[in-house]
Order: sequence, then structure tokens, then C-alpha cells
Amino acid sequence: MMEMQESPRTPVVMAQLSWFFGIATIVKLLLIPSYHSTDLEVHRHWLAITHSLPLSQWYTDETSEWTLDYPPFFAYLERFLSMFAHLIDPQIVHLHHGLNYKANSAIYFQRMSVIVSDLFLLYGVYRSTLALASLKRNLIWLLVIWSPGLLIVDHLHFQYNGFLFGWLLLSLSFLAQGRDVMGGFLFAVLLCFKHLFAVAAPVYFVYLLRHYCRGGLVRGFARLSVMGAIVVAVFVAAYGPFVYHGQIQEVIRRMFPFGRGLCHAYWAPNFWVFYIMLDKGIAFLLRKFGFNIPAPVASFTGGLVGDASPFAILPRVTPLTTFIMVLLALLPCLFRTWKDPRPRLIVRSVAYAYTCGFLFGWHVHEKASLHFSIPLAIVAVESLEDAKHYFLLSIVSCYSLFPLLYEAQEYPIKVLLLLLHTILMWFSFSAQYSGSLRGDKKGGEKQGFEVGWVTKSYLIGVVVVEIWGQFLHPYIFGDKLPFVPLMLISMYCAIGILYSWIWQLKSILISS
Amino acid sequence: MKKKGEMKKVKKVKDKVNDGQDDDPWWWLVQEGIRPSFLCISLFALLVRVAVGLHPYSGARTPPKFGDYEAQRHWMEITLNLPPKDWYRNSSVNDLSYWGLDYPPLTAYQSYVHGVFLKTFDPDSVALFTSRGYESYLGWVFIVSTFRKLLMRWTVLSSDVLIFFPAVLYFVLVYRSMRFGMGQNSDVAWHIAMILLNPCLILIDHGHFQYNCISLGLTIAAIAAALSQKDLVASVLYCLALNHKQMSAYFAPAFFGYLLGKCLRKKNPLLEVTKLGLMVIGTFAVVWWPYLQSKDAALAVLSRLAPFERGIYEDYVANFWCTSSVLVKWKKLYSTQSLRIFSLAATLITCLPSMVQQILAPSSKGFLYALLNTSFSFYLFSFQVHEKSILLPLLPLTLLALEESRSILWLTHFAMFSMFPLLHRDKLVLAYMALYALFILVYFAPCGPSGRCHGTKTLDNTQKTKRSVDFITSITFHPLLMGFLG
Repeated sequence: MMEMQESPRTPVVMAQLSWFFGIATIVKLLLIPSYHSTDLEVHRHWLAITHSLPLSQWYTDETSEWTLDYPPFFAYLERFLSMFAHLIDPQIVHLHHGLNYKANSAIYFQRMSVIVSDLFLLYGVYRSTLALASLKRNLIWLLVIWSPGLLIVDHLHFQYNGFLFGWLLLSLSFLAQGRDVMGGFLFAVLLCFKHLFAVAAPVYFVYLLRHYCRGGLVRGFARLSVMGAIVVAVFVAAYGPFVYHGQIQEVIRRMFPFGRGLCHAYWAPNFWVFYIMLDKGIAFLLRKFGFNIPAPVASFTGGLVGDASPFAILPRVTPLTTFIMVLLALLPCLFRTWKDPRPRLIVRSVAYAYTCGFLFGWHVHEKASLHFSIPLAIVAVESLEDAKHYFLLSIVSCYSLFPLLYEAQEYPIKVLLLLLHTILMWFSFSAQYSGSLRGDKKGGEKQGFEVGWVTKSYLIGVVVVEIWGQFLHPYIFGDKLPFVPLMLISMYCAIGILYSWIWQLKSILISS
Repeated sequence: MKKKGEMKKVKKVKDKVNDGQDDDPWWWLVQEGIRPSFLCISLFALLVRVAVGLHPYSGARTPPKFGDYEAQRHWMEITLNLPPKDWYRNSSVNDLSYWGLDYPPLTAYQSYVHGVFLKTFDPDSVALFTSRGYESYLGWVFIVSTFRKLLMRWTVLSSDVLIFFPAVLYFVLVYRSMRFGMGQNSDVAWHIAMILLNPCLILIDHGHFQYNCISLGLTIAAIAAALSQKDLVASVLYCLALNHKQMSAYFAPAFFGYLLGKCLRKKNPLLEVTKLGLMVIGTFAVVWWPYLQSKDAALAVLSRLAPFERGIYEDYVANFWCTSSVLVKWKKLYSTQSLRIFSLAATLITCLPSMVQQILAPSSKGFLYALLNTSFSFYLFSFQVHEKSILLPLLPLTLLALEESRSILWLTHFAMFSMFPLLHRDKLVLAYMALYALFILVYFAPCGPSGRCHGTKTLDNTQKTKRSVDFITSITFHPLLMGFLG
């Protein structure tokens, strides 16, 4: 239960929070010379496009294969950053000479821009935890600001997720305080930064409709129009200039590249992994029994090739199918929100929405597991059950990100990050729940933070999968079957995430 | 009215109870004890070391001589391919002018072990002759292929984890019991962080590339053994440290004084001294075994260890001779022979008091301070001191961090600053600034002795001002000095 009174010692809180952030920043600074992913080139090219070309050509430019596929506010952000990049080294933002520019100035600038943009995450976390008791507050800081998944994706692989999650957490914090207008406004802004966050839009819509737009027909309708006007205004600010230039079709086409396949090159640990394995398994068995099953011509990662289906036996999956499945999975949560729109449940509902989107979505990247593990950190400290669930979830989601960093020099770093995170979580949850549950259990049983034997064996299984993938497989098989370790990681993590989905659904439906 | 007053009182009591918790964000970890805190801090320290290893090393891509990294690789090549008696001898296959071995035999044995490790994964890197200046970093995609810089970095990491970290744990446990349980758990955690996150050591070992963690780790273990009354073990460990790097001799007077002082207080002093002497001689004999066959071999090694043909100081180092050479041109006025005598005299005079004091009245705390004093006197007045030797006085000061919290702050400032030219040459400026900032953050950590609140008492105004002054001067130290000089 989040306490509502403000902590009177805000300067102390800010100093401690800055200390946490400072330590994280230093680790990020030290990681600057690490793995150089293609995302660095992608974002550098976007700096070049937004700096060198007029607005009307941002979404039609073909100079490089890395076309702009984020909504306009992100393009404006790149434009803003490109002003500084131009001051530091003009070649970074040159459209043609800057292609594949790997000089230190470019790398340092881009990495520093992510580090600085993490200040938004800091503010989001600060606002979300201001009203909590100090132990819970510190735990959440540990889980979010020192999140190993965020560090791996943002600062080793390179993305701007910290910035985006800052906006999400800000919006959620306003909703949790009952300030719906601000919450809705910030969410609309977030949608114009990255449209992937729109998976939670149904939840937001239902919640705002029921919580904000109530109090009779006239008042409700007035509030609805206010909310609608604000959202429309935000979208106009983002897409307006492109509608003016007649570019809106290009923008939509670039933002939703459905030419890609069901899965990314590395299968994200979602539901489709099981579907694909089932398909392959049945085909294999049927072939053994003598049936003639033609091998599919299309692949899962490539685009939709005419009428060909990448599945041998089971029915084909289209983007529409995935969309419907996500909506179906969301329905219980939407019903609950409709019947009982409470600020307390909004964070869980939004996290649940992102879980459904991750499990059933089209061309999901494993980085998307951050979308629900970061918001869940805010509520992980509310009860013992939450803590146990989060312990498992954050380890699984961080481990599923390991294949992103496949070079040897990052191996000790990612293992140490996960190990440190696990141990810190263990000790902090144990400290919080060692003497709790005073009134919950009859007979005064003292129940500490313990994970059951199922969770323990699952986590040991994670270690086994890793040892197999990294050491035993290359030793036994050498170069053959290189995709098997990846498949194994993907499937094993998918089990954990499916469990988390079911647990979250249960907790939303039965919460009182 | 009365009710309001009561409520106010209740609120005040509640605040007081939560006071320590509110201001100490780590109480849940330190309350578990020393070992869990040590585990977390050492994992974080390991992460920092691995991250620093991503940065350039000394002499990267600078032919023909390269730097310390190439020297260490060359020693692995030599020790792996030649028999021990040829390691220190100038010969056709072993050109001593190209990074000849100039540390005692234990370094050579350690290079051999690491050479075997390197050979299993990348034999070309330690092949005789052809591997000189061999620099490469190849990527790895799920299959074990060659990756040289990583292997070298991992040899330093493994030495750190196997020798330095356990030694620190041993010391911290002994030190804790020495203070009779005084102070709080968060003090111990802060102390561990001060030792393990020492920026100078991390930058030199994992950035510039050296193996100081082995000799310093052995020294710490020796100190801990001596403090817990295991004198024989202490002497063996210290001899091993001496045999790894001859610079560990900076601590010799303190060890000698303390152990001798303790022997003199026992029932049978002569027996104790003989036992110690036998252990020392035995350790030396075991380590120097291949070189004891003939006088020539032993002398060859000794001449490599003490290169007196070099001057009294080289480059820029923050000791007495180099600094005062601005006023008194030592190198021009006196010959090397007389300078040798001067430096010997100055060193002896300055380290004698603490040695004598320990012989007469040995004590645990006195021992630690004696280590500090002797290492400082050697650093300031000895012959041919390298700027990296600042690690040696810094070590006992980190061990005494809880007693001398202000000194450690200022010595680290100056030590880091004195190493800056070296690190700038290695292009380690980013790692330098990051580790510097890390040190300041850990030093002023919210739960440590220099944080906002120590224990459950809030600081009064004078103490608060003092802390703020410390903090502000720490962060502005560098920019001010750079601006002043640059």
C-alpha cells in the first residue's frame, strides 16, 4: 500500500538518489568503449537526416538502409541532439560523409547523450517513489536505476530506453496520484516518441474513461472532450507538420514495417516460440511416420512471401492474428479496469498490457521485455508475493537479453551484472520480509523471503542452459548447429515469461 | 491542546527510530554481516575492473618498444620457451634490452603459468621471436577463437580474484576483531570498498597493465597473519611478496621491526628468531632454486633487479629527489655513487624511528603505522623510484582508512594526480575520470563515516561544514589544478 504522506526530508532523498545515479553513471562511462552495435550507426544516421534535410524529406530519404521508423517526436529529439553533434564534430551529421563514421567523437557523443537522457528516468523514478518508506524507496531505486537489463540494452547495445521509460514512469506516477489529465497527456507524448508503447493504450483509455470521465453524463462528456482535446493536440503537434507536407502516408509506412517476419533473427522468448517448435515437432513426427510434408519455403524471420507460409502443418499466423490475440489476452484486464478503475492497480495493468504485447505480438524483439519488467519494479515491493515474482521475472528477462551481446569481451560484464543484481535483490527482499506478515498468517508464523523449490530448480536450469550454450555445445558440436543454444535460451526464458503472464493475470483478477 | 502535543511527541519518536534507516540506504545489506557485504562489494569491484579492462593498455600500437603490456607478454614468451637458467641471461634468443626480466623469480614463475594459459588459446601470441609486437583483438561468435587482449586482461583479473580479494577479506576479518567490535557494520563495508575500489590500483593493474595485485595481495595477507599472531605464516607470505616484486622491500623495516619486537617478548627469543630466519631462508631457497647453482646465475638476477646504472630518478615522480632537483641539481653536482649513498642514508634515517619503536614496543596499530611510515620514507628518498610506487604507501593507508579518513582522501587525490601523465600517455583519461568520481562517491557514501549521517546522530553545524568543504574541494581539486597549470 503506497503511503500518501510526503516524506519531509526531500533534500536527503535527492542526495541519496543522486548518489545511486552517480554510481550507475560511472559504470556507464566505463562501458563506453565496449561493443559497437549497428544501433549506433542507425541513430547517427538519424542525427544526419534530421540535421541535413528539411522536414519533408525525413521519412522519405533513402541514403541509407537505416530509415527513420520512430514517430515524429523522436525525430525532433534527434534534431535537437544533432545541434550539439554539429558543434562537436560536423562530420557526424553529414549525410554522406558521416555514413559508418566510427570516430571517437561520434561514439562518445552518442553514448553521453544516452547517459544524459537517463536523467528523465531518474526523475520518473523519483516521482514514483517519493511517497514511500525509505526501505521500499531504496529497493525500487536499486531495481530500476541499477537494472542490469536497462544497462545492457541502453549502454552496451545502445538505445534510448531510459529516456522513454522516464516518461512512462512519470505518467504512471501522476495516474497513481489521481492526476489523470497529466498522466494522459504524458502518455500521449510518449506514444509520439515510440509507438510500441501503444500496446497499453486500451488500458489507459478504459481507465481514463471510467476514472476521469465520470460524474454524470454532462460532466463526464465535458471531461472526455477535455482529455480528447489534449491527446489530439499532442498528436497534431507531432504529426501536423507531416500532414501539411503530405507525408503522412510515408510516415505511417515507415513506422509499421509489416514486411518483416513473425520473429526477429533471434526469437524473442514469447508464445510464438512454442508455436514454431510445435509445428516443427509435428512435422518431424509425421515425416517419421511416412507422410510427405513439404518443407516450407518462407522463413520465420523473413517477410511475408506472397501466399507461402513458413509453417509446415499449423495454420499460418498473420499480423492480424497476433493483433487479435493480444486484444483477447488484454480483455480480462480491461474488464477489471472497467468495473473497478483504481489508481492502485494502474501500474500492474499497464505492465500486464506490455506482457501480453510481448507474448503475442508480431516481430517482437527481446528488448521489449524491459517494457514490463521496469514498471513491475515499482510494485515489486508491495507484498511478499510480488517480491518473489519479481525476483524470478527480472532474472529471466535479463538473461534473455544475453544473446544481444555475443562478443567475449562483454561476457564477464553481463554475467557480473546479473549476478550482482540477483544477490542484491536477494538480500534486500530478505531484509524487507524477514519480520513481516504480522497479521497475515495466523499462529504468528514468521515467513521470510524464500523461493519455492520450483523457482530454485528453474533458476538452476538457467545456469545449466548457459553452461551448455557457452561451453559444452561448442566443445561437443564445434561449429555445427549454432542456432541450438539460442533456441534453448529462447525457449527456456519463454517458460518463465509465460508463468509471469499467468501470475500477473491472476493477481489483477483477484486483487481486492 | 494536550492531545496535539502528544501527537507531536509520538511523531518525533517515530522519526528518531527511522533516522538511521532513512539516512542509510544500505542498512539492509550491512546488517547481514561482513561476508555478504564483502560479496556484493567484491562483485561490484570485479565489474569495475572488467569495465576498465575494455580501455587501452600501455603502449598500445606504439612500436618499436610498446609498453608494459608488451613487456608482460614478452616475459610469458621467454619463460615458456626457454629453460629457467636462461631467463635472466643475455643470449641470442633472449635480448635483455628488449624488456628483459627485471623482477625476482616469482614474477617469472607467474609469467610461466600465464604463458601456459595463453598458449592453450592463442599459441601465436607467445611464440619465440615472431610474437613481438603481436597485437590483435578478434571477435568471437559462440566459438572459442583467438582473442589476445582479453586473455591478458583475464590473467590479471584471475590473479586479482585468487590472491588480492581473499587477502582483503582475511585482513578485514582480522581488523574487525582487532577493534573489539567497535564501530558499525557500515564502517566495515565502507572500509572494504575503500580497499577494493582503490582507483590507483585498478587503473595501474587493469588499465596500464601490471600485476601489482599479486605482490600487494600477498603483503596484505602477510599483514593480516602477523596481526593474528601467525608470525611464521606472515614471514613466508611476505617473502613471497618480496620475491614477486622487489619494491615490496619498502615494507621490510616494518615487518622486521614488528616480528623481531614480538620475538623479543616471547619466552625464548633466540628460538623464535631462528624459526623466523629459517622460514625466510627456506622460502628464498625454494623460489631461487634454479639460480642457486652458481654464483653467476644469482648475480645475473640480482643485477637485473637493481639497475643502478639508471639515475636517481627518471621521468617525473613525486619524491624528494625529483622535486628538489628544481633547486639542487643532484644529477649534475654528484656522481651516481655518491647519490646512492645519499639516498640510502636518507631512507635509513627516516625509516629507523618507526622500526626501532616497533622493536621496543610492538603493537598492532603501531605495525600498521610503521608500514605507512617506512613505505613513505622509501618512496620519498629511495633510488630510482617509479611513479607507480605510490601504490605502496597507499596500501597501508587504505588499511588504516577508518582511522585516517581525511588522509586517505588527500593522498588518493595526490596519488591520482601524480599518475595522470602516465595514464594520459596510455589514453586512459576517461577511465581515470570515471574511477576518480567513483572514489569520491564511495568516500562520501551516505552510510559511510564521511557521509551525511553517521550512525543515528545527526551532525552539528561545524562538522557539517567541514564535510561539505571536504566534498567541494574534492570535486574542484582537479579542475583548479589543471586550470592553474595548463
